[in-house]
Amino acid sequence: MQYLLALYAEEAGWERMTPEQQQQGVAAYAAYTQALKSAGVHVSSNRLRPSATATTLRTANGKTQVLDGPYADSKEQLGGYYLIDVPDLDAAMTWAGRCPGVQHGTVEVRAIWAM
Amino acid sequence: MACHETSPIVAAVAQRSRAKLVAFLAAQSRDVAAAEDALQEAFAAALEKWPSQGCPENPEAWLLTVARRKLIDHLRRDRSSGDPEELERLAAAEAEEIEIPDRRLTLLFACTHPAIDAAIHAPLMMQVVLGLEAAQIASAFLVSPAAMAQRLVRAKAKIRHAGIPFRVPERGQLAERLNSVLDAVYAGFTEGWIDAAGSDEARRELAGEAIYLGRMLTELLPSEPEAWGLLALMLYAEARRPARRNQAGEFVPLTEQETRLWDAPMIEAAEAALKRASGFGRIGRFQLEAAIQSAHVERRRTGDVAWGAILELYDALVELTGSPVAQINRTVALAELEGAGAALAALAAVEGDPRVQAYQPYWAARARLLALKGNRSEARNAYEIAIGMESDPAVRRFLEKKRTQLEVTP
Repeated sequence: MQYLLALYAEEAGWERMTPEQQQQGVAAYAAYTQALKSAGVHVSSNRLRPSATATTLRTANGKTQVLDGPYADSKEQLGGYYLIDVPDLDAAMTWAGRCPGVQHGTVEVRAIWAM
Repeated sequence: MACHETSPIVAAVAQRSRAKLVAFLAAQSRDVAAAEDALQEAFAAALEKWPSQGCPENPEAWLLTVARRKLIDHLRRDRSSGDPEELERLAAAEAEEIEIPDRRLTLLFACTHPAIDAAIHAPLMMQVVLGLEAAQIASAFLVSPAAMAQRLVRAKAKIRHAGIPFRVPERGQLAERLNSVLDAVYAGFTEGWIDAAGSDEARRELAGEAIYLGRMLTELLPSEPEAWGLLALMLYAEARRPARRNQAGEFVPLTEQETRLWDAPMIEAAEAALKRASGFGRIGRFQLEAAIQSAHVERRRTGDVAWGAILELYDALVELTGSPVAQINRTVALAELEGAGAALAALAAVEGDPRVQAYQPYWAARARLLALKGNRSEARNAYEIAIGMESDPAVRRFLEKKRTQLEVTP
C-alpha cells in the first residue's frame, strides 16, 4: 500500500536555526531518505518552497480566483512529503515515527486511494 | 441431526462462533462492515434453509462458505472501495476449512489500534466481536444511537482504508497494544458497572459482555498476566453487585456492604484468576487493582479491612501509573491508618489537575476527609460540589445525608 507522509512545521523555526543546525537538519533528512531507499520503500519525496511562495486557486461565483499564499493560514505549514510503499499502516507509522519532521513539527500519514 | 427447532440452534452457533467467523472474514477482506453484513446474511440463510435441508454436520463451515460467497459478491459490487487483489485472494481461498483458524486476537488488536480514536475502542470491540447493537451500546455510553452508529461506521472505514493490519503485534509492541485492548474491555465493563442496582438492562448486560471478552482474552493469551488480572478485577467487582444497594435502594459503601450478599463462586473465580496472574511474576496495573479488590473482599472471612495491605498496593499502583484516580483512592486507605490530616495533605498533591477538579469521586473523598477532620464549612462546600456532579440518585441521597449530618454533629 502506498502512503503519503505530509510534513508540517512552523516555518519560522528554520530561520531561527544557526547555519550549523540547518546543516544538521538537512543531513538528518538525507539520512532518512537514504534509509527509506535502502529498505526499498521509497517511492518519491520532495521538499517544498516556503508557503509564502504558494499560489492558491479556487472558484468563487463561477470565476476562478487566484490568491497569493497557501491553502490555510495555519501556524504549521506543509513543507515537504514522502511517498512510501509499505505493507500496512503499522509499517507506515513506524517509518513516519523515524522522520525528522516528527521532532520539530507534525507528520500526517494518509493512505493513497488506489483507483 | 434432528432439526425441528432451528432458530435456537442457529442462535447458539451465532453466540459461540460469531467472533471467530467475523474475525476470519474481516482479516481476509480487511472490510469489517462487509464481513459483519455477510455473516448476518449467512445466519438468515441458515434460518431459512436448515429446517428443510437439516442442520449441517459442521455448522461453522457451512456459515463460513455462505458468508464468504456473499462477501465476495458485496465487494465486487462495491467497486469504488474494492481492491481487486483482495477479491482474488478471497475467491482463491475457497478451500473448505474444516477447522476455521482463530483470528479473534487479530480482530481485537485491529479494533483497538492506536490510529483509531481511543474513545471508540470499547464500543467498536463490543459491536464487532460480540455483535451488540449500536443502540444498546450507545445508551450505555450516553451517546445518541445515531451518533454512535456514525462513529462505528467511521472507525470501520478507517480500518479498511488506512490499512490497519489484522495481526498480533510484534513482541516489542505487544505489551503496549495489549494495554489498549485491556483498557477497552475495562471501559466497557465500567460503563456497565455504573448501573449498580442492575436496573438498566443495557448497562448490566454490558458488564457481563465485558467479562465474556475478558475470559476470551485469557483463553487467547493465557501467558499474559494482565489479561488474568483484568478478569479477576472485573469478577471481584461484579461479585459485589448484589450488595451495592440495600433493600430500600440506598447506596451502601464498600466497607459497609453485607459480605454474605457477595457472589462467593464469582469471588472464588476471581481469586483463581489473580493467582494465575501472579504466577508469571510480571506485575501490572490490572493485577494491582485486582489485588486491592481481593484485600477488600477478605472482610468476608476476617470481618476486618486490611488497610495496611491496601495502602501498600496503592503505593505500588501510584508508582506504576502515576494515575490521579489511584492517588485519590489511596488517600482513603491513608486516612484509615494515619488520619484525615495526612490524607488531606496527600490529596492536595492532585488538586491542581483540571481533570481532578471535574472528577466527582475526588470531591466526595475530599468532603469525607474534611468532615472527619472537623472542617465543617469546607466539608459542606465539597459535599455540595460532589452532589452537584453525581448522576446516580442513590449516591446523591447518600451524600446529601452526609452533608446534613454535618449540621447535627456538635
